Amino acid sequence: MHIVVDLNRCQGYAQCVFLTHEVFRLSGDEALTYEPNPDDARRLQVQRAAAACPVQAIVIGRLDGAERSERS
Amino acid sequence: MTLSATLAELVRDFKANGRIVVVGASLAGLRAAETLRGEGFAGSLTIIGDEPYEPYDRPPLSKQVLKGWVPADHTQLPRFRELDADWRLGVAATGLDRATRQVRLADGEQVPFDRLLIATGTRARQWPNPAEAALDGVFSLRSRDDAARLRQALADGPSRVLVIGAGFIGSEVASICRDLDIPVTVAERGPAPLVGALGGVIGEIAAQMQRDHGVDLRCGVGVLSLEGDAGGHVRRARLSDGTTIEADVVLASLGSIRNVEWLEGAGLAAGFWGVGCDAGGRAFDINGVATDTIYVAGDVARAPHVLYEYQFLAMEHWDNAVFGAEVAAHNMVSLEPDYYPHLLLPGFWSGQFGVNIKSVGVPPFGDEIVFMQGSVEERRFAAAYGRNGRIVAAVTFDHGKWLEYYARLIEQSAPFPPPPPGWDRPDVMMPIPAQFPEPGVPTAVPDVVLTGHDPNERRAEFRPRSR
Amino acid sequence: MAEETPWQQALRYANRANPYPFYTELRKTPVARQPDGTYVVSTYREILALLHDPRVSSDVRRIRPGGSAAAGADQDDEAIKEVISLEPNIITSDPPEHDRDRRLLTRHFYGPQDSPHRICDLEPEIRRIVAGLLDEMRGKTRIDAVDEFAYPLPVTVISKILGVPLEDEPHFHAWIETALNALDFGPEAGSPEIQRQLEQGRRSVEDFEKFMAALIERYAEQPGTGMLSAVVHDDGREGRMSEGVLVSNALLLLFAGHETTVNLIAHSVLTLLRHPDALEKLRRRPELIVPGVEELLRFESSVQFWHTRSAVEDIEIAGTTIPKGSPIFLVYGSGNRDPDRFDNPDELDLERPDNQHLGFSQGIHYCFGAPLARLEVQIAVSEFVRRVENPRLVADPPPYRHNQIFRGPRHVLVDIDGVRD
Repeated sequence: MHIVVDLNRCQGYAQCVFLTHEVFRLSGDEALTYEPNPDDARRLQVQRAAAACPVQAIVIGRLDGAERSERS
Repeated sequence: MTLSATLAELVRDFKANGRIVVVGASLAGLRAAETLRGEGFAGSLTIIGDEPYEPYDRPPLSKQVLKGWVPADHTQLPRFRELDADWRLGVAATGLDRATRQVRLADGEQVPFDRLLIATGTRARQWPNPAEAALDGVFSLRSRDDAARLRQALADGPSRVLVIGAGFIGSEVASICRDLDIPVTVAERGPAPLVGALGGVIGEIAAQMQRDHGVDLRCGVGVLSLEGDAGGHVRRARLSDGTTIEADVVLASLGSIRNVEWLEGAGLAAGFWGVGCDAGGRAFDINGVATDTIYVAGDVARAPHVLYEYQFLAMEHWDNAVFGAEVAAHNMVSLEPDYYPHLLLPGFWSGQFGVNIKSVGVPPFGDEIVFMQGSVEERRFAAAYGRNGRIVAAVTFDHGKWLEYYARLIEQSAPFPPPPPGWDRPDVMMPIPAQFPEPGVPTAVPDVVLTGHDPNERRAEFRPRSR
Repeated sequence: MAEETPWQQALRYANRANPYPFYTELRKTPVARQPDGTYVVSTYREILALLHDPRVSSDVRRIRPGGSAAAGADQDDEAIKEVISLEPNIITSDPPEHDRDRRLLTRHFYGPQDSPHRICDLEPEIRRIVAGLLDEMRGKTRIDAVDEFAYPLPVTVISKILGVPLEDEPHFHAWIETALNALDFGPEAGSPEIQRQLEQGRRSVEDFEKFMAALIERYAEQPGTGMLSAVVHDDGREGRMSEGVLVSNALLLLFAGHETTVNLIAHSVLTLLRHPDALEKLRRRPELIVPGVEELLRFESSVQFWHTRSAVEDIEIAGTTIPKGSPIFLVYGSGNRDPDRFDNPDELDLERPDNQHLGFSQGIHYCFGAPLARLEVQIAVSEFVRRVENPRLVADPPPYRHNQIFRGPRHVLVDIDGVRD
């Protein structure tokens, strides 16, 4: 799956880190890093993290695997 | 049929049958394409990108990718809707003919358009000596491939990394090197890291942070030359202070160059700072006239901003790419009363040395800085930038939850210095000079720049008055 | 006697089940000065702004209700201060103490910074407890979703996390109940009934405090399992937490770690039974529990407002100046129903997009235990929906608890046909 975190919005609440530190990690107290293309097996955890984000900064792609570079 | 009915019919027809070409297949290009489809554009959509990859996200490249946690090819951007686009990836646009409305590609093909979006972004400035730049072990960092190569070099356990230039990329790479326990020297021509973006006062704090983490930081020095061994691998660098650094990996992080060369001769207001456009994304021609068919978004755009005396602002920021693309795409398929303005309060972040640095506004527009909250010593603080008694920007170190307070003050052009907080006041709360370098100092190219009031950096073509 | 303000009416016990019409009135004046000098903020935008405003203190000791010479005004404030006689905890303190204490507590609640997995590791145990509670309902035709379901889960979990013996639950349950009943911010505060409870509430807080102090002392001498013991023995990068501050935070974590979750589970069951369409949708698409809990947090916020904040400088907002020292109440329950922020705010939409609600507040005082609450409620409510057959509300509205901040039903009686496996 494909995700992106709007780190301008992110305020370091770390809710996603507490839910799934395999995908979201803090460097220090506030700087968030993450795996942008997590394994599909983590979908539920990532969805929980996205729903829990207090500033709704985590966005999950709505097309996965579909439409990849047709005619490129 | 009334005029407005005719116009509405034209829009409908364009949305059904028009041809839109997006040049640039990164964040701005992708979001623009998605917005176009979201706005009901059902005509032909072509997306041209010089890299062979589908749109990917760049900020992770200098952080989790270099660290080795995330592979470089795990940075694909999420998609939000079907695009049904004709993707031309791995082929650069090389020319624009406005008269015939065609984009010329590197493979010789001509792609016709009714509306064009320029989202060609920037590229990394390379080490200026081509022979030295060609040495093994000399890198720049902008693309996915750059990141994969540099990651491999770090994984191979270099004896020392030399980072040339202590802007955000250079500082982040130095931070990763220390995380990986790799010795690293940072050579910066300015007085401190991040001075172009945040000024000398914050730069001094960033410098201390680097040194505390074991970075061999050398400011006020340039790198004169790079030397390789017999096998063509870089071995050392000679510095302007006469010293020599032994290093087998060198990163040239010298800022970026706007990708405007392909517009040569097209008559657009394109130059060093990008392509001039209005706040709705419509490109200006070299005479300062807004075009109706050509739009600009992302790092390559340069548009006047209401908060900064309508000076043209060039922003290499992630959300500028997103919102600029959405605005330009909307306006490409709309009529005048429905145009959106691109009125973004600039903002960026950088994670380095375990600290989250965030900023809103345009710090270099300010000439004073005041510490508002927290402790510089503990590297948890908020500071505000001011100019002529108004707040124009703010920066936080691990204080991101307070940033929106300052963002609101900036939007209101509130007085500077702002009123003191109720607690956790810094020891000194006096505004002091923010110590930005003079414009034009080459080392200090910030990634958000006020570029004056002239839409065009070239001379306009003055025409004789018609009789 | 002057007519009651919308805020005073919202606080009346008779309106506990449905304060929302009064919130609608209240939002017409986003920042509304009350006769006692309190400034009540009810609109989303203004609440959010003040949550990020460093001129607002959360430290109850900094409230200086100046400018309000109105008779009776002081009485309430005295009452608040006496019930909350403790040292500051993370919800009643400001930076830098707040930040330091919260960092330390975070480390022990969630686990080390590089792998803070302690709360998500609780999922199997939470599932076991929930399954057990639902199994207990087998053979019954009427259940109380509060006493038999919403209450036992969170109290068991938080006690275990902290290392508070569950045998003591009857004691601290009673202390908390008494203290909550005594805390009244409305027009009924002066009644003889509440005045009498105030005295009991004070004693309960003292007893609760003594209990916790003794427990912590025991851990100081003899380390044990759980977070409290770990904190006592943590010399930390930033120093040890003083005993008074630890006691105060321990009380907060134990109390807030279950009371608010009880209310959320109870309100979730109640709300879903009131919205059969949503209930049916959740049955068909169980994954909607994830965004669904966010909507339930918005719809019936477990913490309706917070009362310890004050302005430490004059603050100009929404055309009003809040004078320095004035108490500020941020009414999350109203902000969450603000039509300027949420389309059709009084409708329940389990898939509501852009649901940046205030159910856990925002800013530095964002709910400390939110991930635990979410996990508990997601599991409890989805299992309830999956297993309980044909649940029907017996009384609507159900009886509510007295407290205005921690608003929730006292009982939710539900008739059921059975419990599936």
